[in-house]
Amino acid sequence: MIRQDEMFSPGLQNRQRRNRIFKWIFLSANLLGLVVLAALLVKVMRDSWGWLDLQFISSFPSRFPEKAGILPALYGTVYLMIITAVFAIPLGIGAAVFLEEYAKKSKFLSIIQVNIYNLAGIPSIVYGILGLTVFVRWMMLGRSLLAGGLTMGLLILPVIIVTAQEAIRAVPQSWRHASYALGASKWQTIRYVVLPSALPGILTGIILALSRAIGETAPLIPIGALTFIRVIPGSLFDSFTVLPIQIYNWTSRPQDDFRAIAAAGIVVLLVVLLGMNSIAILLRNKYQGRIKEV
Amino acid sequence: MTLESIISVRNLHVSYRDRKVLKGINLDIYKNRITAIMGPSGCGKSTLLRCMNRMIDLSEGARVGGKVLYRGENIYSPKIDPAQIRFRIGMVFQKPNPFPKSIFENVAFGPRINGYKGDLSALVEQSLQRAGLWDEVKDRLHENAYMLSGGQQQRLCIARALALEPEVLLLDEPCSALDPISTMHVEELIRQLKERLTIVIVTHNIQQAARVADYTAFLLQGELVEFGETSRMFTVPKDKRTEDFITGRFG
Repeated sequence: MIRQDEMFSPGLQNRQRRNRIFKWIFLSANLLGLVVLAALLVKVMRDSWGWLDLQFISSFPSRFPEKAGILPALYGTVYLMIITAVFAIPLGIGAAVFLEEYAKKSKFLSIIQVNIYNLAGIPSIVYGILGLTVFVRWMMLGRSLLAGGLTMGLLILPVIIVTAQEAIRAVPQSWRHASYALGASKWQTIRYVVLPSALPGILTGIILALSRAIGETAPLIPIGALTFIRVIPGSLFDSFTVLPIQIYNWTSRPQDDFRAIAAAGIVVLLVVLLGMNSIAILLRNKYQGRIKEV
Repeated sequence: MTLESIISVRNLHVSYRDRKVLKGINLDIYKNRITAIMGPSGCGKSTLLRCMNRMIDLSEGARVGGKVLYRGENIYSPKIDPAQIRFRIGMVFQKPNPFPKSIFENVAFGPRINGYKGDLSALVEQSLQRAGLWDEVKDRLHENAYMLSGGQQQRLCIARALALEPEVLLLDEPCSALDPISTMHVEELIRQLKERLTIVIVTHNIQQAARVADYTAFLLQGELVEFGETSRMFTVPKDKRTEDFITGRFG
């Protein structure tokens, strides 16, 4: 008899079976999400069939379903996302760079860190109230695009900070050492070694954050985006509305046709979201390809 | 020929919190010579090396006492910018650590950030040639550095350091992650380089010290046991502990 057989009972068949069971559990977890998403998409597509046309995209909202369109909300969403991104991305990356590269480890720092994590979990309506108090009233920006963009920026700031921190922390210390050993300053090391390597991770965080922002309604309601808009916002200080609010408006109407229009609005929102994310993903792949560690 | 000392370590103490790593080291590094710092793991040899270009500043909790004189000036004096010291005194690390950039960009990095005034591609070629890597990479300069083998990566790191024309090059166990053939290449390279610059190499490998170094310092538990010409130390060690170490009785 082989000595190992006296010492062990491997039960290899059993282990392999368990392996298969877990593989299927994980696979179905994946499928479940995909199936629900697909069902939703099919439903939305079917409901919107016939309503989603050029007229819909180029018209203003109306009492009459056949005349109603999404133009101001579409502009509102695109402008709002630009303001949000311009405000939140540099601020978020800057905060992450400070926390990871410059700040000395201390009690104070860990308090800040915990608070940033907490901020990511605060209900978005609270940000709306904050935006109303600080931007609309106190800074007297009014119920404007700028106030909305800044509020939305605050909302996604913690997500950007935390994901950028993770990305920066994942840059191997040995690359920083190599840079310092060549006489680089701290800023040069951050600029030319740390940030380029962390960029793909930072972009992933930005994608997640902006995807969240584009679908948010709650923080914009106190800001006053829940209005009937007859003009395309032309400046930072104009009033505005966004796609999800417009969609919500339509779904709350009694007529069936408005529900179809709402579905068409959802398709437009999804297309904007996909467009925005593809740009970020293209950027990410471009940089990942360049600096991937093989 | 008289020996000119380029780095002088004077009564150097280093501690990590309450653990003393180096206890009063005195050592001279001679110009255009190869000096090996050898000793068993944990004797403080890497710490000593990192004190010579202030890379020790990056180790959290390290406290340095005493002096390291470079060209007669204490590099720990408050008016000295560590970046300036690292610009003059290059370093190569234990594990190859090229940047995740192209081969060209790796070598060009140091010259770029330090405001190189000449022809960058000529400098890159020259540095790769000095590191004995040019013929292997001249057709793939724009490939990612991580496409190279471990030994090639380490020579790339040497080329990257050489591109700044440093006066001194510090090597921290540069062959410990390499196979014997790559090790041989790197050792050959080190011997050639001493024409142009001064080299300090940390190693736990006794044979390596014997093969490449003109001078050897033997470190044990944070103390300098013996320092002298390699040929003399390996034939007539003055200290019993040195003799035990080089005959393989411990370490």
